[in-house]
Amino acid sequence: MKFFISLLLTAALSFAACLFLPWWVIAIVGFVVALAIPQGGGRAFLSGFLGVFLLWAGLCFWISAANDHLFAHKISVLILKIDNPALLMIVTGLIGGLVAGFGSLSGSLLRPRRS
Amino acid sequence: MRILLSALCMIITAALILVLNTKYVLPAPLGYLLSPQQGLWQNAEPTDKNFSEDLKFPQLKGKVSVYFDERLIPHVFAENEDDVYFVQGYLHAKFRLWQMELQTHVAAGRLSEIAGDIALEHDREFRRLGMVYAAETAEKELEKDPMIKASCDAYTAGVNSYINSLTESTLPPEYKLLGYRPEQWSNLKTALFLKLMCSDLAGHDADFEMTNAEHFFSAADFNLLYPLGQDSLDPIVPKGTVYAAPAIKPVAPKNVDSLYLNMGVVSAEESQKPDPTNGSNNWAVSGSKTKSGAPILCNDPHLGLNLPSIWYEMQLSTPTFNAYGATFPGSPSIIIGFNDSCAFGVTNGGRDVRDYYEISFKDDSRKQYLFNGEWKTTDFRIEDIKIAGKPDFYDTVAYTIFGPVMFDQSFAGVTKDGKPRVTNHKNYAVRWKAHDPSNELLMFNLINHAKNYADYSAAVTNFHTPGQNCVFACKNGDIAIRAQGDWPAKWKGQGDFVMPGIDSSYMWQGMIPQNEIPFQYNPERGFVSSANQKPADSTYPYYLGREYPVARGLEINKRLSAMQQITPQDMMALQTDNFNIYASEMVPVFLKEINSSAFTNDQIKYLSLLRSWNFENDAASKGATVYDRLFASFRSAIYNDEFANAPQPIQFPFESTLIEATLRDTAYKFFDDISTPQKETLSDIATSAFRSASDSLHSIEASGKLEWAKFKDTHVTHMLRLPAFSRLHLPIGGGTNMINATTGDHGPSWRMIVSLTAKTEAYGVYPGGQNGNPGSRFYDNFVNQWVAGKYYSLWMMTREEAKDPRVKWVMNFSN
Repeated sequence: MKFFISLLLTAALSFAACLFLPWWVIAIVGFVVALAIPQGGGRAFLSGFLGVFLLWAGLCFWISAANDHLFAHKISVLILKIDNPALLMIVTGLIGGLVAGFGSLSGSLLRPRRS
Repeated sequence: MRILLSALCMIITAALILVLNTKYVLPAPLGYLLSPQQGLWQNAEPTDKNFSEDLKFPQLKGKVSVYFDERLIPHVFAENEDDVYFVQGYLHAKFRLWQMELQTHVAAGRLSEIAGDIALEHDREFRRLGMVYAAETAEKELEKDPMIKASCDAYTAGVNSYINSLTESTLPPEYKLLGYRPEQWSNLKTALFLKLMCSDLAGHDADFEMTNAEHFFSAADFNLLYPLGQDSLDPIVPKGTVYAAPAIKPVAPKNVDSLYLNMGVVSAEESQKPDPTNGSNNWAVSGSKTKSGAPILCNDPHLGLNLPSIWYEMQLSTPTFNAYGATFPGSPSIIIGFNDSCAFGVTNGGRDVRDYYEISFKDDSRKQYLFNGEWKTTDFRIEDIKIAGKPDFYDTVAYTIFGPVMFDQSFAGVTKDGKPRVTNHKNYAVRWKAHDPSNELLMFNLINHAKNYADYSAAVTNFHTPGQNCVFACKNGDIAIRAQGDWPAKWKGQGDFVMPGIDSSYMWQGMIPQNEIPFQYNPERGFVSSANQKPADSTYPYYLGREYPVARGLEINKRLSAMQQITPQDMMALQTDNFNIYASEMVPVFLKEINSSAFTNDQIKYLSLLRSWNFENDAASKGATVYDRLFASFRSAIYNDEFANAPQPIQFPFESTLIEATLRDTAYKFFDDISTPQKETLSDIATSAFRSASDSLHSIEASGKLEWAKFKDTHVTHMLRLPAFSRLHLPIGGGTNMINATTGDHGPSWRMIVSLTAKTEAYGVYPGGQNGNPGSRFYDNFVNQWVAGKYYSLWMMTREEAKDPRVKWVMNFSN
């Protein structure tokens, strides 16, 4: 349960924070959520990772679908050197997930180990 | 222990962010670029995006309604002119901001700020050419005219209103990719854009190349290679026109032979020369030749093909004028288009208005230079060039009475790989007409309002540089053309070569008076036309320079003379015509002279392709590719030997010169290969040229590119040369010296046909799209239509048509 609450909270707060703040605020969101909701390190990382992975991959899929993936084709050629919008979305999710996941892990490790 | 681990994780997190938010490790800040709420994903415009909006700006005096049609063309209806230019600026910025700013950065020699020191030498060249100096002069001049100042101020305010509304996520993607931000627009930037067009259109000189050629070749050879005129010329104003005695009679200095024609070798080089094929076609036919009885005006300006396009289509409507056409993002007004009374268009004049003078400084300090027997004091302009990631570069440019000393010991031009040339020890000042005060915006403003021929004449005479052949047609039946511009009155040969700059004797002695500019008004032949050829024949009392492109003009005039009952559809066929006039003249000569007795099967095959070719450079034509390679080999075989030891820079003779010489004289002296003991004939050279062309054709065929369009490989390239944002390998015919002048990266940048019937019937297309954002479906949606030689119907909307189903979105502006 905590896992899903952490995941959802990370995703929701990341979305809200990125409306106003630079993208890397997702690390701070992960950190704060992990501090607030105690979990083991692995689970904290995973909930942070998955929260933003799903948020970012979902968001860019949603944006890109409305665009008929027109730009995703171009950007994947530009950045990944292959024409593969899906891969670009996965890379997007991974980047967000990793940064948020490590933020969560840092936060979780600051709390004393649960007895 | 956990604290330490946490600290370690924080360091890892921070390192990840650093890597993903900067270019220190990865080539691009991937985290930033891919963040869905701020990065590039935000530029993926929904295909059903709603462009309707209500906006308020205190600068506006009244209400402005903008109706976007299904092609995203804005039809702007304002209550006054200031408001229309404000909204024009706003829309240019909304759809083309990155492009318009980049163009002015190029013009101002500021690319290094973005690109780093790779662009430094190019920036130096533009600074030293005096681009910023010229733009500052132009800005002062345009601000002297209250009407133009008001339009520019409103335009600038509109651009800045959009810039100020930008957020991280709405920034154009190129800013995100390159990592910089737009700055505020200004009237100076508009002036810079106009000067960029001057460098593109009024930079047609070859003074250094010709000085070297004049030095290297005997006088007789030089005149054969670079003749003063072309036999086949069909000038803009036809032969037989009678000209009045000139008001200015420029006098050549007495020491021309001893001094001017004895300047020695030049080792400086202009490296950012305009594309030699920058040109255009325009014509207007009178009602006597059209099916409807109304005049038809056509124009297709040939420029570099880029995305976003240099053009943006608009309708501007106020109670005082109503005009539709192609606009320049960066400048107010309609540039090529039509209003309720008339239509207007331009082709480049291409005359030499940029000359170089060799300056003698007293010493290396450059503080004084010799002029009329005295030491004159130099002005210095310090150019501060900012470079991304490096300290500023300061370039101190000497300004003389002639103009800035563009080339000196510290700068001799730029090599192809962006490095400085290092061999020049002389000082060359540039005298460029674009440095003089002028207000070209006044011409566009006035012609947007023009109702008749008198208005047109009053408008175009305000156009000074870059001089343009301004074509005009009116609903009252009038047609006209004018080789408009501020043209120096030169003595024969003046400015063909670098000139001595130690006194006033070689300076320009005046401008050709405006009442002596060649023009035509309702000529008997029923049409006017221009295609960058010489404006008049040799009876015109002023020197017009050496060579101009002749082929397109010749063909257009031939066709228009023969055409009757013309419809707009006939004009579409003419604008997209791929007939290769030179090939039609040269192929019979080649077929007669080529000795195929010892040819291989391969060579026979290519020869038969040439023999069966219809001289049309259509997309699928293989004969066109054979001819292209054959002529290229022929040209090299003829000139390579003579030019082998020539000083650089130098240029080969014009294609037309070689063709005319070959047709005229089968014993043309340059047929002989001077590197061999025997004397080659036309037959020898044509046969060997065909052999070497066959070798290259063989590999072209092996790579599947024998068809003309595949070989020519036309592409409309993003301004950053990013293939992902470009349209490559377009199946389109045409080429240099054809009416459809589409080469690999250059061609008809806007095709327009306006039939001035009671209700105007107009067509147009450009190879791009209205939205400069590569993430928009409107980014390149006109390209296929352009490739297919098809047009869009241009809708001159009325206010009453606001509910028309073609209106898809409405933007309302108010204060």
